[in-house]
Amino acid sequence: MPRRAWVIAGTAVGLGLAVLAAGLSLAGYDAGAALAALWTGAFGSWYAFTSATLVRAVPLILIGLGIALGFRAGVFNIGAEGQFYAGAIAATWVGLHVGAMPAALAISAVWSAALLAGACWVAVPVGLRMRYGVLEVISTLLLNFVAEALVSFVVQGPLQERQGIYPQSDPIALSARLPFIPGTRLHVGLFLALGCAGVLWYLFARTRWGFKLRAVGAGPRAAEVSGRIDSRRVTAQALLASGAIAGLAGGVEVTGVSYALYQNLSPGYGFTAIAVALLARLHPLAVVAAGLLFGALEAGAGAMQRDAGVPAVAVSVVEAVVLIVVVIAAAGVQRIGLVGAARARRRAA
Amino acid sequence: MSAPPAPLLRLEGIEKRYGPVHALRGADFTLYPGEVHALLGENGAGKTTLMQVADGLVRPDAGTIRVGDAERPALTPGEARRFGIGMVHQHFTGIPAFTVAENVALATGWPVSPGPLRERVRHAAEQIGLPLDPDVRTGRLSVGLKQRLEIVKAVAADARILLLDEPTAVLAPAEVAELLDVIRRFTASGGAAVLITHKLDEALAAADRVTVLRRGEVVLRALRGDLDPAALAAAMIGGEPVVRSAASIGQQADEPAAIRAEALDVARESGYGLALRQGSLEVRPGEIVGIAAVEGNGQRELLRAVAGRVLPLRGRLQVAGPVAFIPEDRTSEGLIPELSLTENVVLGSGPEEPWMRGGRIDWRAAERYTAELLRAYDVVAAGPRAPASSLSGGNQQKVVIARELSRRPRVVVAENPTRGLDLRATAAVHARLREAAEAGAAVLVHSSDLDEVLELATRVLVVSRGVVAEPPSGEAASREEIGAMMLAGA
Repeated sequence: MPRRAWVIAGTAVGLGLAVLAAGLSLAGYDAGAALAALWTGAFGSWYAFTSATLVRAVPLILIGLGIALGFRAGVFNIGAEGQFYAGAIAATWVGLHVGAMPAALAISAVWSAALLAGACWVAVPVGLRMRYGVLEVISTLLLNFVAEALVSFVVQGPLQERQGIYPQSDPIALSARLPFIPGTRLHVGLFLALGCAGVLWYLFARTRWGFKLRAVGAGPRAAEVSGRIDSRRVTAQALLASGAIAGLAGGVEVTGVSYALYQNLSPGYGFTAIAVALLARLHPLAVVAAGLLFGALEAGAGAMQRDAGVPAVAVSVVEAVVLIVVVIAAAGVQRIGLVGAARARRRAA
Repeated sequence: MSAPPAPLLRLEGIEKRYGPVHALRGADFTLYPGEVHALLGENGAGKTTLMQVADGLVRPDAGTIRVGDAERPALTPGEARRFGIGMVHQHFTGIPAFTVAENVALATGWPVSPGPLRERVRHAAEQIGLPLDPDVRTGRLSVGLKQRLEIVKAVAADARILLLDEPTAVLAPAEVAELLDVIRRFTASGGAAVLITHKLDEALAAADRVTVLRRGEVVLRALRGDLDPAALAAAMIGGEPVVRSAASIGQQADEPAAIRAEALDVARESGYGLALRQGSLEVRPGEIVGIAAVEGNGQRELLRAVAGRVLPLRGRLQVAGPVAFIPEDRTSEGLIPELSLTENVVLGSGPEEPWMRGGRIDWRAAERYTAELLRAYDVVAAGPRAPASSLSGGNQQKVVIARELSRRPRVVVAENPTRGLDLRATAAVHARLREAAEAGAAVLVHSSDLDEVLELATRVLVVSRGVVAEPPSGEAASREEIGAMMLAGA
């Protein structure tokens, strides 16, 4: 099965790049040069790999983990973008006030604030689902727009920089900024993302809570009736944790990359991360690989625009194709799975 | 029937494979006008598939279908309809949001003008002998009435051949008799009916002719006069005798009851109104108490309250722990199909299990234990890592029962524990429940099959319209007496 997953992922990416190349050729671009620029921008040098690809991969991995956690429990958090922004707002606000603290404390405070803000932002959909049965797919999605509007408000109001000219915040305190890995612009948030992946893997594979979560996601009725699991509670916990991780990603972005809050801080990380989680088939360690891939695409897109004159958004073609292939493959695997089940039954008979 | 008339329907040498599964192996089937023909066989014998070939739902790999003057390798559903073949499925196939009249119109193509349609449907239903209110939303009908609607739909669409798939599974004895009357009237007017069933007595009681399928092959054909129950049973299960032992398990009357319920009120699962009113019962260790009830009378809520899955609204309930619960629907409530057998065994384990290490799970220990359990309960599976979905229904049920009974319960609650299982798997489930009782558990079991309740239980209680009652003649209560109570509404 894992081998099949790699084959599917490889096919998806290959097909995505092929479609991109075909589209570029049809539109009159030099597809070869564009793809070369894409590659160079993402993997062309140690600096490009670390400071462009990995820097973009960090939020994708973190948010992807959060989304995978929710999906595993059967809750569809489409609002990671909003939770990311909620985390970024809280991180900025706290980050402006921790100048007197030592770095470790300042960063902990900022990250905690981001985590909490992400959880609070998703608490609204959790409450709506628990109390009124509102589908979280809809409520989390709609709250994205609210979060974006909120960012727009705070950067022109309470958090606007001192001179009051630009719609952005002042830079956060130096003590709250993450150190770089020497020789790169890659901040140490990478280790947080990798650590989260490990922790999540351990939770799913080895702990009772992780098992409960998977059971609720795979068969909520059976989890309740035979597992005596309070599936409402587990669902709520999963959604909250999912939002918290997305919020944390916002905090990491502010402390490691932007140092300030502004609109369009995220180039749609919250949405791209859904594709990351799905491509990884919700496996925490695979999320790292998928995040890396999508980070490379995002990084290469900039280079493609710069060096080949191809609009960066063209890369979303690859992302879309990957997503479609993965979803189709998942449906196909289910069908193959059924055949496999019939075969096993026959062997058993 | 010395010179039988021309057959209405003839299936010859029907072959069907689903991947590696050989569902039908050259099956022949002939249906004559005016007869009720029982198609008998265990679950998975190919009965339904064979009839779906006749109904145009399944395209055979080989064989011939002769109906009327036509001879075809396969039929489409539309052709089957034109040839007057109508199937009554096990599950309701209409649209719940439509009224009865609208569902009939959907099946027959009658024009949908409310007034005339209503009258036409009412008239048709009465003529068939299965009166129905044409204005009721179909979703609100009971299971029995939905089935009635299925029959009305088929007959109203001018079916001359009715294929009924396990039609009595959801009916009380008196309703079964009524249904058989309707079928006889239908065949008396020149139609023919096929009764798909795995119940011997039903075939014996109702059929003019019996065809027995085993593993996709016809193993016996017999006319009413030549029917021998022993031969039929042997044909169905392949020579092995049916395990049917009258259960009489040593009750320990002196021990205090393990289940004691007093004046329980339990809400309907839908949330509106009471499903169970003032229900009282006691079950002692070593007893198997069978609950006889027609679906939807509150027995489900009673069992779930006792199992601790539903909180009663009022009343006193004392249940000794641990409680084993075997829910009716094994694939949605008993097991999680996509998880492994080990994971399904771990589902619901308490902190006292050896593989539970605080918040951590020792999957190796759980896997070893599951492997042992699979062996002890004769589960046919590739191993503890196989997904539950890869098992047959009978083996899935064995896993549920293994998990629940291995926790050494003092109380066992089982809902339809053998639904959809073949005779052998059924016998195994019964044996396990008896073992649990012998080991001192109080067993509370409901089956919609009254015969199963009678066979398994040391004492029978009837739940009817939310009221729990004991038959006046106690343990000597006859099938008829209990059947009457099930329908009487206490």
